[in-house]
Amino acid sequence: MAELTKEEVKHVAHLARLAITEEEAEKFALQLGAITEFAEQLKELDTTNVEPTTHVLPLVNVLREDVAAKGLDRETMMLNVKEQEAGQVKVPAIMD
Amino acid sequence: MTLFERSAKELQELVHSKEVSIADLTKEAFDRVEKLDGDVEAFLALNKEKATATAAELDEVPFEERGPLFGLPIGVKDNIVTEGLETTCASKILKGFNPIYDATVVKKLREAGMVTIGKLNMDEFAMGSSNENSAYKTTKNPWALDRVPGGSSGASAAAVAAGEVPFSLGSDTGGSIRQPAAYCGVVGMKPTYGRVSRSGLVAFASSLDQIGPITRNVEDNALLLEAISGVDPLDSTSADVEVPNFAAALTGDIKGLRIAVPKEYLGEGVGEAARESVHAALKVLESLGATWEEVSLPHSKYALATYYILSSSEASSNLSRFDGIRYGFRAENVENLMDLYKQTRAQGFGDEVKRRIMLGTYSLSAGTYDAYYKKAQQVRTLIKEDYDKVLAEYDVIIGPTAPTPAFKIGEIVEDPLTMYANDILTIPINLAGVPAISIPCGFENGMPLGLQIIGNYFDESTIYRVAHAYEQATDFHKQTPQIWEGK
Repeated sequence: MAELTKEEVKHVAHLARLAITEEEAEKFALQLGAITEFAEQLKELDTTNVEPTTHVLPLVNVLREDVAAKGLDRETMMLNVKEQEAGQVKVPAIMD
Repeated sequence: MTLFERSAKELQELVHSKEVSIADLTKEAFDRVEKLDGDVEAFLALNKEKATATAAELDEVPFEERGPLFGLPIGVKDNIVTEGLETTCASKILKGFNPIYDATVVKKLREAGMVTIGKLNMDEFAMGSSNENSAYKTTKNPWALDRVPGGSSGASAAAVAAGEVPFSLGSDTGGSIRQPAAYCGVVGMKPTYGRVSRSGLVAFASSLDQIGPITRNVEDNALLLEAISGVDPLDSTSADVEVPNFAAALTGDIKGLRIAVPKEYLGEGVGEAARESVHAALKVLESLGATWEEVSLPHSKYALATYYILSSSEASSNLSRFDGIRYGFRAENVENLMDLYKQTRAQGFGDEVKRRIMLGTYSLSAGTYDAYYKKAQQVRTLIKEDYDKVLAEYDVIIGPTAPTPAFKIGEIVEDPLTMYANDILTIPINLAGVPAISIPCGFENGMPLGLQIIGNYFDESTIYRVAHAYEQATDFHKQTPQIWEGK
């Protein structure tokens, strides 16, 4: 499990939406391999029937009254958008 | 010397007797930044114009309407959003980002009448423990400019230690408030998970992150924590529990206090000076009526692997929002939308951030989820239970905050035992979610050492009471770095 191939690293980089060069893929394969090998030590522990902790507080669902509230106005929302047109966010072509 | 060698209480006395105004205090902060920040390099952005205008307005408010922190200057870590003041998380991917709202803690600072001086450097997205991972600059330790201030809230600790500001906010995911506080000889508190709203804190690992105060003494720290605490409708993980008057807990009385000292905290890799400073502190606490016993937190050795998997998994999800479309850096000359995402993220994130995103994505992907992510969550339960058991029998847990004082900039800590000790002293506390403080407890070759005091869930009051009693009996917190002299 600990060994990561360059192909696996490229697949993970794609899932993470990171462009990656051949050299980087090689470097990350080694580094991630070392970290996952280190993480193998958790297998020493028997965790049968141990509940996972996602969160330390005893919270279940936090609900509020379903009351409409005013959001931010469009001009404010668009303040940091680099490319926009007619109050809309603009992106490059989705399909080739 | 500076006005900021004084406590909040002493500063308020000066203001009330009209010896100084809030405008003077604000000016003092910017003067100190002017004099010292060329060396320390703590600030990424300054709020001079607005802060100066705010100070003049605050000076008009009648004394009887002012609280204990009214008019006092504060620096804010750059992963806490501030409306209209650039917030970058020390990352290139957020260069130029101008937040459109204030974090809940920033609103609370304003309600308390505090004046935000500027934004403080950090390791990129809070990933690192030296501030060397900032995309902009490396903050220096005010006690020795060739050494790191710690991290990730390194500049938050350095700015307070340098007397540029008397208060700052940091955030702590695996030790990021406590370790820099120890390295810089100041007081840093990581509150109980849920004590302080995370709304407006740029998320790294949501189940571990917590904002907390950094100050030069315990009482100021207690005052600032009270000001920023409380349940918040904008953070569903903020806890609906009473916010006590923490400063009222500073009675000086710790008779009968039961202290646990985990043997794992004083094991291999912890330096002789750090070990001795803890034993000396225990003697001080004993002389004040406390008792201590050695205990064990047997799952400590698994904390680092658990932390790396869980924090990276959460980070890979949280950092997916940085795609170049709605804010921050956007790559140019791209072919299509997918290419825009990939190029923006590849050019915008630093190496350490990429590594953790990759590790997290891998841990969460099909085929590895059960072996890594779920397993780590189960081990987290075992680590939390270690703390629950000890804290059922003892009032506080005490140990060093870090195994050594601050290391040199560029120096790679190669001794694996020291690296290991570095992590097990702070990381398990975030996994368990309990509160912990670091306070000054000695020096090694002129560099500060930190004492860590850990308490039960939502019992920051006891931590403050112990920290304050210790502080009153010692004078480590009164010492200032040489950089103060003549400035």
